[in-house]
Amino acid sequence: MLTVSTGNKAVALAVKQAKPSVVAAYPITPQTEVVEQIADYVGGKELDAKYIPVESEHSAMAACIGAGITGVRTFTATSSHGLLYMHEMTNFAAGARLPIVMANINRSIGPGWNIWAEHTDAMQERDTGWLQVYVGSVQEAYDATLMAFRIAEHNDVLLPVMVNLDGFLLSHIMQPLDTTDPGDFIPPIHLPHAIDVNNPKGYGGLTGPDDHFRFRWDIERSMRDSVKVIADTQAEFAKRFGRKYGFTEDYKCEDADVVIVSLGTFGKESEVAVDILRREGIKAGSMRVRWFRPFPKLDLNGREVVVIDRDYSFGFGGVLARSIEAQNKADLFSVIAGIGGQEVTYDDIAGFVRERRTGEEFWFGVNGNV
Amino acid sequence: MFEIRIHSRGGQGGVTAARLIALAAIRDGKYATAFPFYGAERRGAPVVSFVRIDEKPIKVYSQIRKPDMVIVLDTSVMETVDVFHGLKSGGTVFLNSAHTPDFEGYRNYNVDLTGIALRENLVVAGSPILNTPVLGALAKLAIITKESAKKAIAEMFSDERNIKAAEVAYQEMVV
Repeated sequence: MLTVSTGNKAVALAVKQAKPSVVAAYPITPQTEVVEQIADYVGGKELDAKYIPVESEHSAMAACIGAGITGVRTFTATSSHGLLYMHEMTNFAAGARLPIVMANINRSIGPGWNIWAEHTDAMQERDTGWLQVYVGSVQEAYDATLMAFRIAEHNDVLLPVMVNLDGFLLSHIMQPLDTTDPGDFIPPIHLPHAIDVNNPKGYGGLTGPDDHFRFRWDIERSMRDSVKVIADTQAEFAKRFGRKYGFTEDYKCEDADVVIVSLGTFGKESEVAVDILRREGIKAGSMRVRWFRPFPKLDLNGREVVVIDRDYSFGFGGVLARSIEAQNKADLFSVIAGIGGQEVTYDDIAGFVRERRTGEEFWFGVNGNV
Repeated sequence: MFEIRIHSRGGQGGVTAARLIALAAIRDGKYATAFPFYGAERRGAPVVSFVRIDEKPIKVYSQIRKPDMVIVLDTSVMETVDVFHGLKSGGTVFLNSAHTPDFEGYRNYNVDLTGIALRENLVVAGSPILNTPVLGALAKLAIITKESAKKAIAEMFSDERNIKAAEVAYQEMVV
């Protein structure tokens, strides 16, 4: 059914349809509407779940872990400082192999206090063992949330999944949304290591040096296996509901001499820049990276690449740019833009391409930088 | 692509107006997006919200710099905000006002939405509702169809006075 929705409400609707047993969350701008809407669903008996209004994000994740370990489906949502506050527990969720699904509404980190879009919050969760997908529209937020449950709970994965939406740009925009009854697209959850009161076992006990690395390797093995599960899930989704997704969304990349690589809404805005550049005779393309963990194999060798990072690793560089550099022999121009919700238009992006300086890093809006 | 910027004050329903216009355009079979700029504004402060309408999917997320149309729901914001900023030459200005504006170089329109809301008793918490009658004005300008305007209002509000107010605005709008 074609309706209209904000990104936040699209996520909430997908969660309702995925029927989690437990939702534990703490409100934070710009995520608030997600958990308000889910609380409404639970309060209005549209969703038969336990909604736990916890006192902090650390507790939100802890509650999802506690519930999840009994083998039930769980969900939470957060942003920015809320995500960082749960950081200890996000590691625990992955280590305990719990397929928790979380929506993170990407927002910058203070101080200075700032509520607008930036990817640095999720980037700081990069190494925890969570799968991460970044979406580019309200429709995709809905679709990715539905798929996240199926991917996370697949027996070859059993890792948590974070669905990332650009704060305000996606969380608060109203766009067309085609809603679907997912039917049996998300199979019933089966957690092989769920706690069984009739057969009690210990959890999280001391693990010595001879064993701990095996658990870590097992996370990495599942992360690698998740590539196939993601591909299969996206193919099945396309078959059932007609909307196709890949690890990246590529626009006019086939014959492109220069490819703009970005995450989130920048990837859509970049497509408009590509059309402008092509009219000027510059063969540009856009590659929007959707899955950041597992990080996909990008075919950019031998191309000129302009990477736009809405994040930064101090003393190192744009996280997306450096990730691509580690994988490809490409002539790369690294642009840092959109930090703290800085306005970046398709004209600005076209300008990055026209004035690209391979091998350099450029902070948009900062004068005299290299 | 047709781009609209709405000027209002926090709490006057400018954001909802943008959403209603986008919903009506979608019901017309078009693509549309609506979004506010969220700053540090509070109730009563000047705010802007945006609507884009197109025949094809909309990929632009940045703010509207060169609107085709400006809607001013509260003319008092014009004392402090340049509502014409970036407005295309020959673009459309719509004011919630009983007085017909005469801004040179633009197509000028007005309807007294506040008066309609008060007459129709469409008042919530002491504030006249402007975001549903404004759809009547937009329908008169053929930016959205009257049928879709009504559909959009009915989808978001159950109180039938909203549709009535939009109908009155449609009748009162002089084009």
